Amino acid sequence: MRPLRNILFGLAISLFVTGMTTGVERFPPPDFVETDHVIPSPTSPGPRQDVYEYIDALVLLAALGLATYLILKKRSRRAIFALTVFSLLYFGFWRKGCVCSIGAIQNIVFSIFDPDYAVPIVVVAFFLLPLVFTLFFGRAFCAAVCPLGAIQDMVLARPVSVPDWAESGLRLFAYVYLALAVLFAATGSAFVICRYDPFISIFRLSGSLNILILGGCLLLIGVFIGRPYCRFLCPYGVILRQLSRLSKWRVTITPDECIQCRLCEDSCPFGAIKKPSAQWPEQEYHIAKKRLAFLLLLLPVLVFLGGWAGSGLKGVTSQAHETVRLAKQIYLEDNGQIVEATDASTAFRATGQQTKELYEQAANIRARFEMGGWILGGFIGLIIGLKLIGLSVWRRRTDYEADRAGCLACGRCYKYCPREHVRLKKMKEGSGKW
Amino acid sequence: MTQNDKTINRRNFLRDGLWGGCLATLGIVAGASARKKRNNDLVWQIDPYKCIACDRCATFCVLEDSAVKCVQLYEICGYCDFCPGYFELGATVLDTGAENELCPTGAIKRTFIEDPYYEYDIDEALCIGCAKCVKGCAAFGNGSLFLQVRHDRCLNCNECSIAVACPTGAFKRVPADEPYLLKKVDHA
Repeated sequence: MRPLRNILFGLAISLFVTGMTTGVERFPPPDFVETDHVIPSPTSPGPRQDVYEYIDALVLLAALGLATYLILKKRSRRAIFALTVFSLLYFGFWRKGCVCSIGAIQNIVFSIFDPDYAVPIVVVAFFLLPLVFTLFFGRAFCAAVCPLGAIQDMVLARPVSVPDWAESGLRLFAYVYLALAVLFAATGSAFVICRYDPFISIFRLSGSLNILILGGCLLLIGVFIGRPYCRFLCPYGVILRQLSRLSKWRVTITPDECIQCRLCEDSCPFGAIKKPSAQWPEQEYHIAKKRLAFLLLLLPVLVFLGGWAGSGLKGVTSQAHETVRLAKQIYLEDNGQIVEATDASTAFRATGQQTKELYEQAANIRARFEMGGWILGGFIGLIIGLKLIGLSVWRRRTDYEADRAGCLACGRCYKYCPREHVRLKKMKEGSGKW
Repeated sequence: MTQNDKTINRRNFLRDGLWGGCLATLGIVAGASARKKRNNDLVWQIDPYKCIACDRCATFCVLEDSAVKCVQLYEICGYCDFCPGYFELGATVLDTGAENELCPTGAIKRTFIEDPYYEYDIDEALCIGCAKCVKGCAAFGNGSLFLQVRHDRCLNCNECSIAVACPTGAFKRVPADEPYLLKKVDHA
């Protein structure tokens, strides 16, 4: 038996030298004669059971329902905060983050464009439930359910206000982030939202150093600037903002009527309280009218320019796809511009696939990125255009109101309203005494 | 909370129309996803036939201790005395001395069964998923040692960090009720 094995071993070495490395069964299975040893099977411990996933979805539903009740009916910041702590512990530290509603955008988009990927029902629930709740009740999800929002809410100790222009400008990042995330998910290249989720390493208490530093920095900024991720980066927040504009019920600072006392004016750490606005002066009104007409005409130009720029970036964006990267590597190697082969290119050559096929695949993907670039860039152009139009449209407001889109429904402003104190019977109607 | 003016004007009409449109869109998304509905969750797994044993699994996992471990598929194993997954290539003495072992953490246990057969087991608590043994076994042996994502450890990240780093696209999502991709037994 032994000599035979040695011969086979020698043969195996020669095979290895000729470049054959994949596992083939070179040796016959053992033939036990002296003992009756039974060949064992490898263990296969299962993943987390499905039932827990469904429980997660139910907890999400319950948390959203409770948040809505606390925000709109109970109007209690303390209770909302308690729910925030629970969400941070449950969805963050216990569940360790994945799949979250923010990341679920990519799963949904990926499943639309990839016929082979069927998105699990729990992921659909995580994507849709907060959106439906927002459409009815405003951003209850942001207020007390989202673990990413929760961790930032915890550290907000010394809020400073951000000027409106900075707020509007910085928010563009979120739109670009959403557009890129959708582009990369649709082309099957990457799930960037998950890759750069700043707080996931904190929830898991392990992860890459870069992401930990990113999360740490955001939390540090978050001590002074309320919820920087939610306001300036969150791609899901972008969708929630738009749905929240249309919501049937929403946060009102005062429980009944605004008495214009200005006490709530600076209470919002997220700059989401809109002050009453007076009529524009006559001459400014005419200028604004002209400006609006100009901006309306500018809108299609911006959309086109954005799309043109977006498609022009296909060389850069398509590098996110591994096939395109591999094709580039192979091309450079074949043309002698790179001497050293990578693991990927070596493995590709070992498969014996034609480079022509690879180049074709890469060209197809690049074409998809070009198309996607038009849509992505056009979308960003549209957002910039609409933002400019929004800034030059005058809206009459008589009361202090929570901004329909920007209000995160945290409930911090409630206690600043004297009418709220009347409602809670801490203060008598009209007495002015506590 | 309350809607002050319920009068039908252009603004409210548009708003209600948009609202209905958004709700309908969400309904379509739900319907489209449910059409392709799969009851199980999806989990990450390595296709052992695509894996090139590059050792990225050991370092790229978000867990301190990678969720990828070596699996021994005993049915394929030749129970060799000179196991190319266990011993270093230049090993002179075939004993369990650490200097002869290929595994950097000593995670493979060698047990004598009968002449000339030895059984090799993986101690998962020690295995770091570096794939040194996988390389050896694939090169000179039967390829019974290969890497798999162990689901008692895997956090099932929405984007697996190792999958991103994998040079051959060996990582894929598989249904959670069949979470392992073991090699096929093929005694030629």
